[in-house]
Amino acid sequence: MSEPTAVEQYETLLAELQAVVERLERGELSLADALRLYERGAELAAACQQLLDAAELRVRQLDSA
Amino acid sequence: MRAFSVSDLNSALRAHLEGDGLFFDLWLLAEVVEFRRYPSGHCYFTLKDEQASIRAVLWRSAADRLAKLPANGEAVLAHGRVGFYEARGEVQFVVDQIVPAGEGLLNAQLEQLRARLEAEGLFDERRKRPLPPLPRRIGIVTSLQAAALQDMLTIFRRRYPLAEIVLSPCLVQGELAPASIVAALRRIYAEPVDLVIVARGGGASEDLAAFNDEQVVRTVAASPVPMITGVGHETDTTLVDAVADVRAPTPSAAAELATPEMVALRQRVAEWRERAANAMLVYLDEQRRTIAQQTSTLQRNHPRRRFDAARQTVDELSRRAERAFERWLTLEQTRLQGMQARLHTLSPQATLARGYAIAQRADGQVVTDPAQVQAGESLHLTLRAGTLLVAVEDLHE
Repeated sequence: MSEPTAVEQYETLLAELQAVVERLERGELSLADALRLYERGAELAAACQQLLDAAELRVRQLDSA
Repeated sequence: MRAFSVSDLNSALRAHLEGDGLFFDLWLLAEVVEFRRYPSGHCYFTLKDEQASIRAVLWRSAADRLAKLPANGEAVLAHGRVGFYEARGEVQFVVDQIVPAGEGLLNAQLEQLRARLEAEGLFDERRKRPLPPLPRRIGIVTSLQAAALQDMLTIFRRRYPLAEIVLSPCLVQGELAPASIVAALRRIYAEPVDLVIVARGGGASEDLAAFNDEQVVRTVAASPVPMITGVGHETDTTLVDAVADVRAPTPSAAAELATPEMVALRQRVAEWRERAANAMLVYLDEQRRTIAQQTSTLQRNHPRRRFDAARQTVDELSRRAERAFERWLTLEQTRLQGMQARLHTLSPQATLARGYAIAQRADGQVVTDPAQVQAGESLHLTLRAGTLLVAVEDLHE
C-alpha cells in the first residue's frame, strides 16, 4: 500500500505519546530517563498538533471505465 | 331484411357497450400519446401499449380535479369507463382519474422487494456495524456532477482533512444508473477504504429509483466495510438506506457522521500532553521527597551529630557521677559524724575525767608496766585538767 495516511501518522504518534505517558506514570525512573521521556512526550504532542494543522484532504478518483 | 340507419346502429352499439357492466370502473395501464387540451377544457388523447391503442377523453370537470395533467410519453394508470361516440362511431375510454403509472406500479414492486429483502434479514438491526472512529480512507460513490460531492468535500476539509477520499464516480439517475452504481461500489470495495458513503443529493422530484434497485440494494448490503447512505432529502427513504449501517438524511449529514471533529483530535493530544506534564510533576515530587528523606538520613548520620551525641552522653554521665559523688559525700559525712561521736566516747579525756591518769616517759611512751621505768626516773602524768611531772621512788611488781 502507499505511504501512511495522515490518520495513520496521527494514530502512530498518539500511540507513542500514550506509551511515553504511561511509562512516566509508572515511575521508577532515573531523573535523566524521566526528563528524556517527558521531552519525547512533548515532541510527540507537538508533532501531533502539527500534523493536524498541516493536514490537507487528499482526493483520489477511481476510473469509472 | 331491414336496413338500419347508421344512427340506429351506433345508438344500439352504444347502448350495448355502455350498458354492459363489464366496461365500467376500469383501470388501464398505458402510455399517453397525442395529448391535447382544447379551449373548452376537455382533453383528448390516445392510450396505448406496445400492440394496441384506444382513444381517450378527459372531460373538463375531471381534468380540473387532477393535480397534474398527463404528458405525452408518460406511463399512466387511468381510471374510467368505455364509452361510444355515436357521431363518429368510435369507441373511447372516458377517463375520470389519471395518475402517473410509475408511482402505483413501482410502489407495488418496491413493496414486494422490500418484503423479500426484509424476510432475508437484510434490514436486521444486528447487521448494523459501528462506524470506525478514525476512518483513514473514506470511499464515496456518487455523481461527479452533483453539488452533493462538493458539499461533502467541504465538510471533510473543515472537519477532518486527515482523511484520504477515494472517489468512485457513477450515474445516479436514469436507466443506466443501477448498473453504474453497482460497478462503482465494486470498484470501491477493492480499495483499502474503511468506510463507504453512497450519496445522491438533489431535488425532491428527482428520481431515486436507482437506490431502490434490487442489485444496487444487494451490493450495498454486501459492503465489506461500514456503509453510510446519504440519498436525497430527509423525507426520502430508499431501500439502500434500509440496508446501510447508518442512514444519513443528506450527503452533508453523511459526511459529518463519517468523521470526528478535528477539535476532538486536538483535545485528545492536549489531554495526553497534560497527562505527561502531570506524570512529570508527580515524578519530580517523588524525587524531591526521596531526596528530602535521604538528606535527613544523612544528617542523622553526620559525624558531628555522632560527636554531639557522645558529648551528650559524657555530659549525662558526668552529671550522674556528680550526683553520685554528692550522695556519697553526704553519706560519708554522716558516717564521719557517727564515728566522731563514737571516738569521743572512746577518748582518754573521758577516762581522765573519771580520775584516771596517763603515765608517759620522757620519750612519750605510755607506761603500762613498771618494767618500763627505772627508779628515780621522771614521768609525766596526764590528768583531766593538766600535767604533773613526777619522780618514780620505787618499783613494785
